[in-house]
Amino acid sequence: MKKYTDTGKKDTRSGFGAGLTELGRTNPNVVALCADLVGSLKMQDFIDENPERFFQVGIAEANMIGMAAGLTIGGKIPFAGTFANFATGRVYDQIRQSVAYSDKNVKICASHSGVTLGEDGATHQILEDIGLMKMLPGMTVINTCDYNQTKAATLAIAEYEGPVYLRFGRPKVANFTPEDGKFEIGKAVHLLEGNDVTIIATGHLVWEAIKAAEQLEEKGISCDVINIHTIKPLDDEAILKSVKKTRCVVTAEEHNYLGGLGESVARVLVNNHPAPQEFVATQDTFGESGTPEQLMDKYGLNAEAIVKASQKVIGRK
Amino acid sequence: MNIKKLEAFTTQVRRDILRQVHKVDSGHPGGSLGCTEFFTALYQEVMEHNPDFNMDGKGEDLFFLSNGHISPVFYSVLARSGYFPVEELNTFRLIDSRLQGHPTTHEGLPGVRVASGSLGQGMSVAIGAAQAKKLNKDSHLVYTLHGDGELQEGQNWEAIMYAAGNKVDNLISTVDLNGQQIDGSTDNVLPMGNLKAKFEAFGWDVMEIENGNDLKQVIDGLNEAKSRTGKGKPVCILMHTEMGHGVDFMMHTHAWHGKAPNDEQLEKALSQNPETLGDY
Repeated sequence: MKKYTDTGKKDTRSGFGAGLTELGRTNPNVVALCADLVGSLKMQDFIDENPERFFQVGIAEANMIGMAAGLTIGGKIPFAGTFANFATGRVYDQIRQSVAYSDKNVKICASHSGVTLGEDGATHQILEDIGLMKMLPGMTVINTCDYNQTKAATLAIAEYEGPVYLRFGRPKVANFTPEDGKFEIGKAVHLLEGNDVTIIATGHLVWEAIKAAEQLEEKGISCDVINIHTIKPLDDEAILKSVKKTRCVVTAEEHNYLGGLGESVARVLVNNHPAPQEFVATQDTFGESGTPEQLMDKYGLNAEAIVKASQKVIGRK
Repeated sequence: MNIKKLEAFTTQVRRDILRQVHKVDSGHPGGSLGCTEFFTALYQEVMEHNPDFNMDGKGEDLFFLSNGHISPVFYSVLARSGYFPVEELNTFRLIDSRLQGHPTTHEGLPGVRVASGSLGQGMSVAIGAAQAKKLNKDSHLVYTLHGDGELQEGQNWEAIMYAAGNKVDNLISTVDLNGQQIDGSTDNVLPMGNLKAKFEAFGWDVMEIENGNDLKQVIDGLNEAKSRTGKGKPVCILMHTEMGHGVDFMMHTHAWHGKAPNDEQLEKALSQNPETLGDY
């Protein structure tokens, strides 16, 4: 089995910050907006180097989304950053009308998604954002798994013309994807080859899926592990190819099972190749305060949960 | 400026508005009729703009309609200013039309740069476009129009605060003060108090157009607003209009905010606005 090495824990938001800084140096059309969370979004280097291309909007997310839409009209590529909760649910109609329906080239950059935001609690822990964003016609939805992939995705979405929701997080997590790796929007990354079960994971759950596959291998179960960083458009082909081989699937995400990656995968399967599926996700609940590890454990979002779900789904074949 | 010619233009636009909403028995004639002079002044006299439409709008003035429900007047003036064939007004609100109930970029209608209809979003978009103009060293201006009832949406006040705090002084935002909204007068639905004092308190340069249905006053007012740009403050025009202006039975009431005339009413309304430039 192929081995993946954690090169040192880093937060995905810092990958976003590093990507944005690089874009500041390489793409003069890139501008950034933030709603009073510059430090949390790691945008300070971009601001220091390009003060004229940064717009501090204050605690006014609706205005930020509208301004981002307007900036595209002058040919700019706006990256609007705030917490995932305030970047989606709070401004859904602004995104819907001024960005998605108006087909504006806005990049909505959402940090602190999911329960791993931690101690701030459920007011800030959105578990519904993937669903909200993927329902918008024309919106691309990306959820990255580590620092390197988040940096690569940040660079890639600047080259793509159209609205994008880029979701990342707060905690320091394993950094295991290649440095300066190529990021292809809509293209799944096949991490591990196996025959017994397909594990499809996104975001922070990708590393947990790799750990689960290692544990399952010790039990004699071989796993096909796919990193789905782009939830929309979904790489149907990669999913079907794997599930046709393994005949069962576990999806894993730091999101409500309603509206998340799991439902998107289920749609692909029922349309093309029905197979048993288990959902590692939150079960239609809000989060709460705690450390990221405690929350991942309590809400069943870790390698142990993926191992259990895999064993269960294999039994359903 | 040939004021007679422009007045003839407004009369034809009023006919277009009435005929558009009558044909599909839906749409918003009241606010459209009230803002006919404003749109005529903007597109026929005040703005530098290019009907060979380019989304980026570099090197020209831009206009954003925030209260998108008055699309009939917007469509008529765009068409008669050369953005698309006047005959296309026949397709207003019909299936497969570019002239959607509320303006949108989605069907590629020339002259529209953002969708509007869900209220309160236009000023934020305009601020973004105005900031892009500054980054692009483009000295042209950005204009917006808002309904007065629309100012009840909170996003406006985020935008109003931002524009003043960040000296967005290439922006001229006009508020259509007709005092009416769907459920009644603005004072009855949600009193907004002294809007002039509010805009001034937020740091805007505020001026008024006493009669927004007097074409000369509107043109002079917009030119005055232009002269106030570039001085560190966004400019607000509080423009007093009469909803339904130009059709006697549609004035002094909110009843025609979102209601189309029947055949008989249309005939009466058109007789008060005789054909000038030729119906579509």
